[in-house]
Amino acid sequence: MTLWFVFALMTVAAIFAVLLPLGRSGRAQEQGGPNQGSEVAVYKDQLAEIERDLAVGLIAAPEAEAARVEISRRLLAAAAGEPAAAPKSNLKWRRSAAVLALVGLPLVAIGVYMPLGSPRLQDFPLAERERGTGMARSLENLVVQVEQHLEKNPTDGRGWNVLAPVLQRLGRFDDAVRAYRNSLTYNGESPERRSDLGEAIAAAAGGVVTAEAKTEFERAHALDADDPKSNYFLGLAAEQDGRKDDAANIWRALLAKAPADAPWRPLVQSSLARVGGGGSGTVPALSDETIAASKDMAEGDRNAMVRGMVERLATRLKQNGDDVEGWLRLVRAYLVMGDRDKAKGASTDARQAVANDAERLRQLNEGLKTLGLDG
Amino acid sequence: MIAESGHYALVLALGLALIQSIVPLIGARLADAALMNVARSTALAQLLFVGASFLALVMLHVNSDFSVANVYENSHSMKPLLYKITGVWGNHEGSMLLWVSILALFGGLVAAFGNNLPLSLRAHVLAVQAWIASAFYLFILVTSNPFLRIANPPIEGRDLNPVLQDIGLAVHPPMLYLGYVGFSISFSFAIAALMEGRIDAAWARWVRPWTLVAWIFLTLGIAMGSYWAYYELGWGGWWFWDPVENASLMPWLAGTALLHSALVMEKRNALKVWTILLSILTFSLSLLGTFLVRSGVITSVHAFATDPTRGVFILLILCLFIGGSLSLFAGRATSLKQGGLFAPISREGALVLNNLLLTVACAVVLFGTLYPLAMEMLADFKMSVGAPFYNLTFAPLFALLLLAVPFGPMLAWKRGDLLGVMQRLLAAGVAGLVAIAIAWGWASGGATLAPLAIGLGVFVIAGAITDIVERTGLVRVPFATALHRARGLPRSAWGTAFAHAGLGVALIGIVCETTWNSEHIATMKQNDVAHIAGYDVKLDGLFQRQGPNYREMIAEFKISRDGEAISVMTPSKRSFTTRGSSTTEAALLTRGASQLYISLGDANADGAIAVRIYHKPLVLLIWWGPVLMAFGGMLSLSDRRLRVGAPKPARAKQRLQPAE
Repeated sequence: MTLWFVFALMTVAAIFAVLLPLGRSGRAQEQGGPNQGSEVAVYKDQLAEIERDLAVGLIAAPEAEAARVEISRRLLAAAAGEPAAAPKSNLKWRRSAAVLALVGLPLVAIGVYMPLGSPRLQDFPLAERERGTGMARSLENLVVQVEQHLEKNPTDGRGWNVLAPVLQRLGRFDDAVRAYRNSLTYNGESPERRSDLGEAIAAAAGGVVTAEAKTEFERAHALDADDPKSNYFLGLAAEQDGRKDDAANIWRALLAKAPADAPWRPLVQSSLARVGGGGSGTVPALSDETIAASKDMAEGDRNAMVRGMVERLATRLKQNGDDVEGWLRLVRAYLVMGDRDKAKGASTDARQAVANDAERLRQLNEGLKTLGLDG
Repeated sequence: MIAESGHYALVLALGLALIQSIVPLIGARLADAALMNVARSTALAQLLFVGASFLALVMLHVNSDFSVANVYENSHSMKPLLYKITGVWGNHEGSMLLWVSILALFGGLVAAFGNNLPLSLRAHVLAVQAWIASAFYLFILVTSNPFLRIANPPIEGRDLNPVLQDIGLAVHPPMLYLGYVGFSISFSFAIAALMEGRIDAAWARWVRPWTLVAWIFLTLGIAMGSYWAYYELGWGGWWFWDPVENASLMPWLAGTALLHSALVMEKRNALKVWTILLSILTFSLSLLGTFLVRSGVITSVHAFATDPTRGVFILLILCLFIGGSLSLFAGRATSLKQGGLFAPISREGALVLNNLLLTVACAVVLFGTLYPLAMEMLADFKMSVGAPFYNLTFAPLFALLLLAVPFGPMLAWKRGDLLGVMQRLLAAGVAGLVAIAIAWGWASGGATLAPLAIGLGVFVIAGAITDIVERTGLVRVPFATALHRARGLPRSAWGTAFAHAGLGVALIGIVCETTWNSEHIATMKQNDVAHIAGYDVKLDGLFQRQGPNYREMIAEFKISRDGEAISVMTPSKRSFTTRGSSTTEAALLTRGASQLYISLGDANADGAIAVRIYHKPLVLLIWWGPVLMAFGGMLSLSDRRLRVGAPKPARAKQRLQPAE
């Protein structure tokens, strides 16, 4: 309520600024003489100045005379051209100006402010927020405090160890990657830290096991061949690369060695089910849901994720172009990303790739037609 | 509360500006004093509201209120207070708010101190100011609103670009904006004169000091920016001819021309139409500069964010104002009365030559700036126009200009005596020649033109001194009389001398730095010694330190010369975690006007570090020159006399100098 009161006061002040001169009578504003501010006044001042300069000895008499003649010439010209019109007052126009201020100003102010402003939001100065806030904020507060501590003592390995998983859970993957790296530097090598780092890198890439992440998992695997996390992600990498058989083999081996009550068993089992334990070399999942889900992510994450997957798919199709379904997925992905040119390019490539096989070409054309890309 | 009040104040300022752009014009048409006076009170109220809005943004930054998007994106709670404040204009939205605040400030000043202006002229001027202001308020509110909020405020901000976390940010942008925006006053006066269809004496009396104020700030702003680039970017360069620098140089060149033509107009009532055109061009170039920097057409340290809608919006403003004013000029210029006549060889003639050279130089810079942009857009062909182009075009023009500079102030108004002036400048010419001879003998290597340029610089300085000597009659009359006359000299005469000497000083600095600087780039380990320009630079060691929001690696160098220890230099590299970027903090050792400059590169694993060491002879003169120019400008500004150029009587033989 105070905010609106302040707004009202400000508006009144603004209106007052417009009304003030309108209220005064015309004569009150003539502070100076009739020539005030006019050309004649300037020239008269100049003439007076020449006399002063002459008296001080700054200019010689002939020059003063020449200047005087020049100014007088201008003065005469100005006096002749001086408009005789005295200031008038026009009540009708003054009233409309007053109405403009009284009605127009608040209307413009509210009309512009309402769509842009957030009058219901309070200020959140940092000092106030640190003093007392709800539970939801306390975790973030703690994180900030730990981060500030680590900023000053960057070699505190234990601190990084504590911070990294929290950052990962908060979704600050890039920071988590850095924290895990620091943890590795100051706490030394371990398979768990390596695979945690790999997981963070993959998360930062929107779930794609990038080459960088894969390197970390391979290192973890080299340190401890039974490390479940690195095994799981190496399987995932294989799946994303389209090597479903390899993925299935890795996960099967992992399940075989796993204790019966391992909490990650269901995850690996469902992954294994997804790849179907073998069969033809079909394309990795790039379902509509994945792309749709990615829309909810932050712009950067989403782009990284989709682009990563699509690039992978495109590269593989370049090497092995028989896969009609894969081509259709690629085209659809480009369309979803709004890149119609690339989609067209991909469909042309696809037609070339399957041109020798009439049956596949027919499938492809049908698929493209449903995507609205025929011809 | 603060955030929303600031936002609302900005909106109210827009409303007031809209009223101010219409009502006074109607008043001027009807010759209604009350309606015309609305301009005055609304301009002052506008200043109040924009000032409040700007203050609100400053408070939000100081309080680290991250519920404001602008604060979240450009601030950090651990940033030192100074950078929290300067960070307000270290980003696009905030800097535009500063822009309009300064615009409102100038409008407010005209309103407050314009009592001696004819009522209708003041109404017109303030209305034109309000048009500009309205356009930019809309631009800010629609495309770059600094008061947008975040519903769920993050706990920590993203920090300011580390390169900008420097004292330079506190000085450079406000100065530059005071310069840019200050030219809006002469623009408004020019448009007002065109609308009224007459230019009276009060017009000229007002335009010159305002132009001078803007010019002083612009000069200092450009010099400061150049020095900042010199020590912050780590390469020891001080001018790169990059489009953003050109964007500030063009209004400066046009503004300098305007300053001189306004002088002719004030004193001799001549060159009226030309002065009006220059006023329009100068402010148009300021707007163009704003467009180039703010639209993201050019990516540089100045383009904080790129957003096509902003570019289009500013382009619209640009077209509206430049196109509108130029067509108004084309339509109305012929109806203006032409003023006094003069002979080609006269003070006026010299000033026309000055204007000619400055505008051509300005056109050259404009071409060099826009041509690559046009090529990139139209022909999709990337090119850069750099120093070689300007050395071939801009440098000769400026050399010609400098050659003419000493003659100008010594010529009489209306008709001058070139031969007499040449005789009196003989001493200055000799001084220049001696300087050339000395530079030639002393310099080993370097460009052949360098000694000539130094001679030119000395000639300009000696010419400025000669002018003062002539006016006081130092060699002809007893010293006491000369001293008395020196005190009695108008301060504008001193101002002219200082400003012109500043040009010579800057030229000498530029030539010495570019011709005889030496550099040493090496990878150094502890206790390694580098030799440069007679100095021994020994790396004593590297160590780490924690700053408020960064970590820095400091290298300590012992500087000695001929075995005698001089000083310790500590360049550093700062890394800022929040933005994940780093800056190099060069160390400078000043010896006279020369500097030793050390900046750090990357460190190797084995404790060695890449080091760039430069020795820059007389480099400081480059910035002392503009400071001297600005000082001259201030002297001239403090001279509040009315000016009238007394022509020398045609028949009377010359005996003394003409009066200022």
